[in-house]
Amino acid sequence: MIPQDWIWGALGGLMIGGAAAIYLLVNGRIMGASGILGGLVDGTGRDSMVERLAFLFGTLAVPPLLVPLYHSVDTHITTNPGIIIAAGLLVGVGTRLANGCTSGHGVCGISRLAPRGLGSTALYLLGGAVTVFVFRHVLGVI
Amino acid sequence: MAGRKFFGHAEPREIVAFLTGGIFGSGLLVSGMIDTKKVQGWLDFFGAWDPTLAFVLGGAVLPMLFVWRIAEKRKVSVLGTPIPPRPAPKMDPALIAGSLMFGAGWGLAGLCPGPALASFAIGGWGGALFFLSMVSGMIVAPTVAGWLSSRTTS
Repeated sequence: MIPQDWIWGALGGLMIGGAAAIYLLVNGRIMGASGILGGLVDGTGRDSMVERLAFLFGTLAVPPLLVPLYHSVDTHITTNPGIIIAAGLLVGVGTRLANGCTSGHGVCGISRLAPRGLGSTALYLLGGAVTVFVFRHVLGVI
Repeated sequence: MAGRKFFGHAEPREIVAFLTGGIFGSGLLVSGMIDTKKVQGWLDFFGAWDPTLAFVLGGAVLPMLFVWRIAEKRKVSVLGTPIPPRPAPKMDPALIAGSLMFGAGWGLAGLCPGPALASFAIGGWGGALFFLSMVSGMIVAPTVAGWLSSRTTS
């Protein structure tokens, strides 16, 4: 028996890949969440502002419509504000320095067999694994 | 102005962007990527490792392997914009430091930028605080990048 979570994971993954495919083939853009948002935040994406806003609005507003289909949807995010703020800052600075995140470097970079995407993914997986090890198993705070 | 343009007479690429964002966000919800415990379980290689995210990544990468071939052969998109050129295969200090920092933040809270957006409406105050912190990080990122390059190129 294959666990249900794996099937839903693969199905959701296909939706993510399908979205990346449409964005690339129709709009000629790489679907990277941190790049689309970051370009608005620092002004480097001003010439494609409405396109970016439309994408972000879709990402933000459509998933809540699916929530009634589930018994419960919970992000299970920690209630420690210090951890949340530190994590948010690291993700914000890190994705902009690296020029991509799980969607840009991960999904789009790996599938293009791009060395930067593959290298970045290996490094953020390493960073994440070390962090979870230290903060969960050594310090016991997450 | 942007609001009037968006709702009044949106261009095709803006409508496609909205739909794409909707499918992307829905995929993040369906796959479990917005569940911080699942993400941290995936990164917990020395604990109760949860392989679900491998299926998410596999499901997303598989169709894109073929799509990239088509896109690079076409050279232009359906709407006439150029397909982004292949970046130089160079690992610079910003990419290395940034990726490690991003990974650390991803592991700490279990959220990356896409899921932070997709779960904004259901993430409560914790999700909102994460989002605000992430945007703050994006605002100071150019300063950090400048500091980093002054340290590494001299």
